[in-house]
Amino acid sequence: MNWVLARRRVVNAVSKILMGVATAVGVFFLLWIMWTTLRFGIAGMHWDLFIKDTPPPGTDSFGLRNAFAGSLILLGLSLLIGVPVGLMAGTWLAEYGFHSRTANTVRFINDIMLSAPSIEIGLFAYAIMVDPMKHFSALAGSVALAILMIPIIVRTTDEMLSLVGNDMREAAIALGAPNSVVITRVTWRAARAGILTGILIGLARITGETAPLLFTALNNQYFTTNVLHPIANIPVVIFQFALSPYTNWQQMAWAAAFITVLFVLVLSILARWLVDRVQVQK
Amino acid sequence: MLNVSISGKPPTTTQSNSEIKMPVKLAVRNLNFYYGKFHAIKDINVEIHERSVTAFIGPSGCGKSTLLRVFNLIYHMYPGQRAEGEVLLDGENILAASDYLRLRSKIGMVFQKPTPFPMSIYENIAFGIRLYENLSRSEMDYRVRHALVGAGLWNEVNNKLNQSALGLSGGQQQRLCIARALAIKPEILLLDEPCSALDPISTAKIEELMYLSKENCTLIVVTHNMQQAARASEFTAFMLDGELIEISETTQMFTKPSDKRTEDYITGRFG
Repeated sequence: MNWVLARRRVVNAVSKILMGVATAVGVFFLLWIMWTTLRFGIAGMHWDLFIKDTPPPGTDSFGLRNAFAGSLILLGLSLLIGVPVGLMAGTWLAEYGFHSRTANTVRFINDIMLSAPSIEIGLFAYAIMVDPMKHFSALAGSVALAILMIPIIVRTTDEMLSLVGNDMREAAIALGAPNSVVITRVTWRAARAGILTGILIGLARITGETAPLLFTALNNQYFTTNVLHPIANIPVVIFQFALSPYTNWQQMAWAAAFITVLFVLVLSILARWLVDRVQVQK
Repeated sequence: MLNVSISGKPPTTTQSNSEIKMPVKLAVRNLNFYYGKFHAIKDINVEIHERSVTAFIGPSGCGKSTLLRVFNLIYHMYPGQRAEGEVLLDGENILAASDYLRLRSKIGMVFQKPTPFPMSIYENIAFGIRLYENLSRSEMDYRVRHALVGAGLWNEVNNKLNQSALGLSGGQQQRLCIARALAIKPEILLLDEPCSALDPISTAKIEELMYLSKENCTLIVVTHNMQQAARASEFTAFMLDGELIEISETTQMFTKPSDKRTEDYITGRFG
């Protein structure tokens, strides 16, 4: 009898069982959450959610139009602020900073920002935007969300560009291309699937953020597109409605949660599809 | 005029032949190159003649590829790498020049591993041309077609110009890279072991392409393949440990090398 082989078999079997149990526990809670959201969310579905604004307390009507619009405006503005900053910073790290002391310091700080508590970012946006402007606004909310999204974009852009082989850069430079052309036309292009995925992951990350919006965008009972005013948004509406004593409000909170999950799911599928499509080319 | 010189020694006289010597296109004078502290190229002097093919042979790490990277000025990309001495292109020292983007367009380079860009076959060729010329769509179509025909690639790709270049075979990718380099009409084309990753048929096609290209271009090729050097080049240079040991006409190099070390290398007695 070979004891080494026997021991390996036992270790193998035990590891497999442990891994199986861990997976089952993870998947069980995930499915439970999904099932609960689906069950209550479907129950709360109503066409009026998309055509009417949030109802005042004490009525039994439905409506989330202002919150949906507000959330889309917030996300759009965050992308507008966050993508250029994140993309540029990530590109600088990978194409110019390399492993210099400055670049590594920026990476270190960026990693801290990645796990910064979102409520702290909300407080920061409150201090620099809401306080000086003397009122809550969609713009302040977007700044807070953009700050949350930027580290994700910086990190993925940096990593994806670093994966592009130096031979590709050298080939472009050997043709006499200036650095700007090499980056915008060759390396960004080579890494575009990864960079886009990073942006989508960043977007998915901020979609459900509530804490930073409480201090910044606040909420608004009415429909508005003015970014300098407080604006309704899905996460804060879920927060308020879920804690309310009104049945229709609670149902709307579930429906909104369900739609948010669906939105994130679509983003993730889109990200995967993009990666596949670009890898297969063209 | 002598066509050949060796560092530290009087120039070797080559056997007289009927060929008329072309003027010197690229002259290297006392070139030294350093990767940080590592002295990779040691006091090299060499002259490359216009519209000829010169092969550089030698064991791995002898500095052949480094030499090409100096000629294309690609070492500028990396801090810590520096060149001393002179590399004269038509008499102009390119190491001292500040407009190296223009010089790189005159001295094209093809690498060991095919490096198609992640874009269509058409765009791969157009990329280089667009850096220097602003052409209309039809003029660009013509130039791209011309480049692909020149590389013998047109018949293989003309129905898939808009497909990704990454879908081509290794040999096709390498010919695309050569076509891309030639499309901007360089005066010199550097080839760094262009066939080392390719099968014999692709290799033959590339050698043929080299032969055709020297009509209007000076070629310098680094190769580990002795037969390739013998087949494709008019001059052969042998390098060892960063030094140029010998350069002479290829026929002479492979029949009567003047240095013992060259003979040992060519006959496979070391390296």
